[in-house]
Amino acid sequence: MSDQATLEVRNLQTHFFTKAGVVKAVDDVSFSVGKGKILGLVGESGSGKTVTGFSILGLVDEPGRVVGGEILYRGENLVGASQERMRQLRGNNIAMIFQDPMMTLNPVLRIDTQMIEAIKAHQKVSDDEARQRCRDALGQVGIPAPEERLKSYPHQFSGGMRQRVAIAIALLNKPELIVADEPTTALDVTIQGQILYEVQKLCAETGTAMIWITHDLSVVAGLADEVAVMYAGRVVESGEVDGVLDAPQHPYTAGLIGSVPSRNARGKRLQQIPGMTPSLLNLPVGCAFKTRCSYSTPVCETAPVLSEVAGGRQVRCHHPLATEAV
Amino acid sequence: MTVFVIRRLMQAALVVLIMSLLVFGGVFLVGDPVEMLVADDADQAEREAIIKSMGLDLPFYIQYLRFIGNALQGDMGNSFVFQESAMHLIAERMPATFELAFAALFIAVVFGIPLGIYAGLNANSWISKTIMTTSILGFSLPTFWVGIMMILFFAVIMGWLPSSGRGETVDVFGIQLSLFTLDGLSHVCLPAVNLALFKLSMVIRLARAGTREVVHQDYIKFARAKGLSDTRIIGVHLFKNIMIPVVTVLGLEFGGLVAFSVVTETVFAWPGMGKLLIDSINFLDRPVIVAYLMFVVVLFVVINLIVDVLYSVLDPRVRLQEMKS
Repeated sequence: MSDQATLEVRNLQTHFFTKAGVVKAVDDVSFSVGKGKILGLVGESGSGKTVTGFSILGLVDEPGRVVGGEILYRGENLVGASQERMRQLRGNNIAMIFQDPMMTLNPVLRIDTQMIEAIKAHQKVSDDEARQRCRDALGQVGIPAPEERLKSYPHQFSGGMRQRVAIAIALLNKPELIVADEPTTALDVTIQGQILYEVQKLCAETGTAMIWITHDLSVVAGLADEVAVMYAGRVVESGEVDGVLDAPQHPYTAGLIGSVPSRNARGKRLQQIPGMTPSLLNLPVGCAFKTRCSYSTPVCETAPVLSEVAGGRQVRCHHPLATEAV
Repeated sequence: MTVFVIRRLMQAALVVLIMSLLVFGGVFLVGDPVEMLVADDADQAEREAIIKSMGLDLPFYIQYLRFIGNALQGDMGNSFVFQESAMHLIAERMPATFELAFAALFIAVVFGIPLGIYAGLNANSWISKTIMTTSILGFSLPTFWVGIMMILFFAVIMGWLPSSGRGETVDVFGIQLSLFTLDGLSHVCLPAVNLALFKLSMVIRLARAGTREVVHQDYIKFARAKGLSDTRIIGVHLFKNIMIPVVTVLGLEFGGLVAFSVVTETVFAWPGMGKLLIDSINFLDRPVIVAYLMFVVVLFVVINLIVDVLYSVLDPRVRLQEMKS
């Protein structure tokens, strides 16, 4: 293994210790992402995608805590790393882009203040040089007249523009890993298309690894190299994006793909996965998906393990679909 | 911005005019100053002469118009008691009151904001709970009682600080200030703390509530994701956001601090405007009461104006709206 993964997450567990009980928001999640690659982390709301992202940056708020597993950034375990070490890495080596661009920029600070401080938190550079880099970063994400825009306040930007600014901030220190938490969900499709294009280009050009958290399978299909599907805090299926999306093996993945309204099914009833995401406080014994799964049998009372099927493809199911179809 | 200021100024002028009518009318109704001014043994002719000389026989609206006319020229009439210009009397006592109010405001801000932020960030620690419980006392204990207790403890029992008066003053640009002498400072200590207690509790609560709200915002998490130090996040990102409500409320409350330091000034025998007002009310000294009330009205209007402008400096979103309208 000369080609070390930029980030490798092994058996990550992040639990929230609430008054009502322990919420296992992330329970045994493993994946890795290599240089220049994009990993799509897919799941419904509450499946633990965002918490996984925050865990990587060490930004899980009380009462949550990473209780187990390893987060290896170029071989260095970030679980249990000191606050100061995490601060050094955040924004410098590992950057994050948030879901809601309307909320990520501080409303009372100018864009230049918010960008320059991100550079100065990690490097000693002159104001002029920092400014120049901010201008370049804004230009890179396609913001016209960056010099003028630097003096603006966030409310003077549209949502799409704000997200571009947030992405520019994430790019400022040329991080090796970017965790993008549904960054295009709040944007309209044309803007989403532009941003996806920019992101793909960037990863290819700079070798930045990216974790793209989303619930939108069509985005993953077009953008990601690999995909990990999460359900109730666990990865239920992972592998090459084409393989997983073309021939899903976990019933949940199949259900997710089936839920995408498709163009050639006009007039037909849309498909859905029956039932609701179970409460993380009160997960069913065994397979968490069994209550909504049409394939479930008594064997699903025992928890399935994530097992390798073929060529890097992993599935956590007692009744993987493809093998039955064969 | 200029349009904004001009519009506010016109509104302010209207408010002052309406208030002048209310104040003048109100005091006109309260009582007859003639009884106070005429010697007991004066005969009817003497009474008539005095009433006539003061213009008290004229109908209300003429008296009011006269008053406005004089007021526009800066003349609020002479005190019946001191035979001195009412404005001059107030101006003479103004530095003492402002000094006290500023000292109180300073205490409230310098202690209130850090304590509030601390309590907001560590909501569950016992220190925060102590801060919050104590601030309830600051709200609910009556100022005069706390003042008396402070005198009892610090002045009478411990003998650390003087209990009344203003102490030694120095002349700063023609204004007598006591903040620059040790003796003056020791005199201002107790009344300033007494006056500050209520505001301090309020600032703590505002800062805490603001912190609790702001700290969970995405932009704070994003700031952390940028790898900023805690000092920078709290000192810039959080601070600027919580200051918006604090500045608004404090600005408005500063007027109150000045206008209603009456109680504290009375308890500590502080020779300020508040004490003058109480004395004037006791003597029914109409010109001084009217002048004082008008002064307070103008003060509030000016402070409101300043707060509006400051607010737009702090919050760029307000600036934009104002420019559009």
